[in-house]
Amino acid sequence: MSLNVPTTTPRVGLFVTCLVDLFRPSVGFATIKLLESADCTVDVPRAQTCCGQPAYNSGDRKDTADIARQVIETFEGFDYVVAPSGSCAAMLKKHYPELFAGDPHWEKRAAEFAAKVHELVSFLTDIRGMTDVPGSFDGTVTYHDSCSGLRELGVRSQPRALLGSIDGLDLKELKDADVCCGFGGTFCVKYPDISNAIVTKKAANIEASDADLLLAGDLGCLMNMAGKLKRQGAKTEVRHVAEVLAGMTDAPPIAGSGR
Amino acid sequence: MQLTSHEFKQNSVKALADVQLQKALRNVEKNFIEKRAKAAEALPEFDALRDNAKAIKDHTLAHLDLYLEEYEKRVTESGGHVHWAENAEDARRIILEICRKRNAKTVTKGKSMISEEIHLNDYLSEHDIEPVETDLGEYIIQLRGEHPSHIIAPAVHLNKDQVEADFRRVHTHLELDRDLTEPVTLLAEARAVLRQRYFQADVGITGANFLVAETGSSVIVTNEGNGDMTQTLGRCHVVVASIEKIVPTLEDTSQILRVLARSATGQEMSVYTTFSTGPKRAEDPDGPEEYHVVLLDNGRTAMLGTEYQEMLRCIRCGACMNHCPVYHAVGGHAYGSVYPGPMGAVLTPSLNGIDKAGHLPNASTFCGRCESVCPMRIPLPKMMRHWREDEFERQLSPKPARFGLGFWAFFAKRPALYRAAVSIAMPIIAKLGGDRHRLKSLPLASGWTTHRDLPAPEGKTFQQQYAARAKAEHHG
Repeated sequence: MSLNVPTTTPRVGLFVTCLVDLFRPSVGFATIKLLESADCTVDVPRAQTCCGQPAYNSGDRKDTADIARQVIETFEGFDYVVAPSGSCAAMLKKHYPELFAGDPHWEKRAAEFAAKVHELVSFLTDIRGMTDVPGSFDGTVTYHDSCSGLRELGVRSQPRALLGSIDGLDLKELKDADVCCGFGGTFCVKYPDISNAIVTKKAANIEASDADLLLAGDLGCLMNMAGKLKRQGAKTEVRHVAEVLAGMTDAPPIAGSGR
Repeated sequence: MQLTSHEFKQNSVKALADVQLQKALRNVEKNFIEKRAKAAEALPEFDALRDNAKAIKDHTLAHLDLYLEEYEKRVTESGGHVHWAENAEDARRIILEICRKRNAKTVTKGKSMISEEIHLNDYLSEHDIEPVETDLGEYIIQLRGEHPSHIIAPAVHLNKDQVEADFRRVHTHLELDRDLTEPVTLLAEARAVLRQRYFQADVGITGANFLVAETGSSVIVTNEGNGDMTQTLGRCHVVVASIEKIVPTLEDTSQILRVLARSATGQEMSVYTTFSTGPKRAEDPDGPEEYHVVLLDNGRTAMLGTEYQEMLRCIRCGACMNHCPVYHAVGGHAYGSVYPGPMGAVLTPSLNGIDKAGHLPNASTFCGRCESVCPMRIPLPKMMRHWREDEFERQLSPKPARFGLGFWAFFAKRPALYRAAVSIAMPIIAKLGGDRHRLKSLPLASGWTTHRDLPAPEGKTFQQQYAARAKAEHHG
């Protein structure tokens, strides 16, 4: 089999993301289920840790480049590389090539790698043409557009289209859905008070939406919003969009259920 | 204004607790965003115009020296004078000399961020010349002894009750029972007082939104007409502008004007767009007898050819701060710099040094909304990241953060060791979360848990569970 010829069943390398690996493995399994239902074979390389964003956004280019080379080497044999996170996918797809700009060997390699990288939901719809999902849900949900996925990768209509295909799911638009939740990676611990002001506004909009469930495509944002909602005693539950799309809602919601 | 960017954290905590400020900031969020969106939507070619505007500025910056020389030539031909100022001190001195030659006691001023950058008002006052701001917002903050909190709406941090109180406090020569409850009555009050000042003024100082190389014109856009009064009623007009304001032609100017007001206030055009070319000519009914342009560098040429060159495309529309969640939370004064918000987070370290302004490029979530609305398509987050890199390389970033990052990177670069470490840690944290699946506090994570619960991990990591399943399938 030549690597240049796309196989009918593509081989997808799952970039699981560090937050999913550590905090929310159920998102990883939901992602595998979705990819398999989109007729892909999925492999999860062991040699992965993180995409390098904490170092990159802290100005540490050297460690970022070391991590990026490791990720590229680990994943470049796959037909596609998919991450259940707009932020990590954007790091791999948009920022790795920038990181190696001018590097005679790695620039090309990073660009070829980047071309294979996709955020999960947009991969399902735009690349695999998926219109139906295995998931089911009965209730009202609202959706937060995470910044990186939205502005760096153009993920906006895709999750709404797939959620709309689920019977019984009532999607209510969130006021200011495209405004940052205040997470911002290390921003939330470097400037906790400002981060809190931003997520407080977000939580108010979520509660005003009256949805039973808040969804988004990035675990960082989700943990931030869930943590705030629960601290305020809100009853709204929070999950990664992949869990609902895959119909895998057995795990307790992020930050638990109830007040 | 004094640079207090190093106190950004303290400033922001104060701003967050300021009830009146928080109320005023909600207006920024509500008004500017909606108006820009409507204006952009109403113009199908808006994005194409942005590309065009960007291209004009990129071309200009690539040939900045040529266009500046051309501009100087045209100004001189039309009877004006061009003065080159390498830094703020030079600019102040040049302006003072011009004022002294005219024996100026009072100067009126149109709104100008450059004059803020060079601390012009304080300097003139120290030299016994009274500067009078004529833009309503600038006038109000001058009465209060404050500085602009926004580059196009300098008094956006105030409400009308505060303005009424200031007017009653300062305008003591007017009747006490006059009505100052509505914006329009406040405006009339300021207008009445300022009208006198225009006639008293010996010199009028304005900034420039553009300098046109083709004609030697300076261009200002305003909504109040105060800039026009400033530059035509005084016998001497001084334009103070930074070198990157240059554009090649009148046609280029009109192209960029099409994105400026739409991005700033959602208007198709500002109410007044005024081109000034030299002093009054023999046949002109009015205008100044003298026309001077002070061209300020103040660190701009040092930005050329660096990662920060693209910042010189900025046309000061304020769209980035109008859309920034951090600006919405803390307002402009917290940045402790002439230029606040995302554009300030890039420009301030360029002008003042990253050692003094390190907080500004760090205090961003990188949400990218600023870049998405910037009419000149300036990659603001990317340049903030460059500043963070400069800061990191020069070991200026805080030590605990550097240590933490180094510790994390050590594991991130060693997958097997990383897996072993997190396999031990995560189940312990999961246990702490208990049946509620969240933690109220966690040592070393107080930045997070002061304001929100920490969602507990599920237990075993994904990699652990995935390996266990693979093993079970293999044996099954």
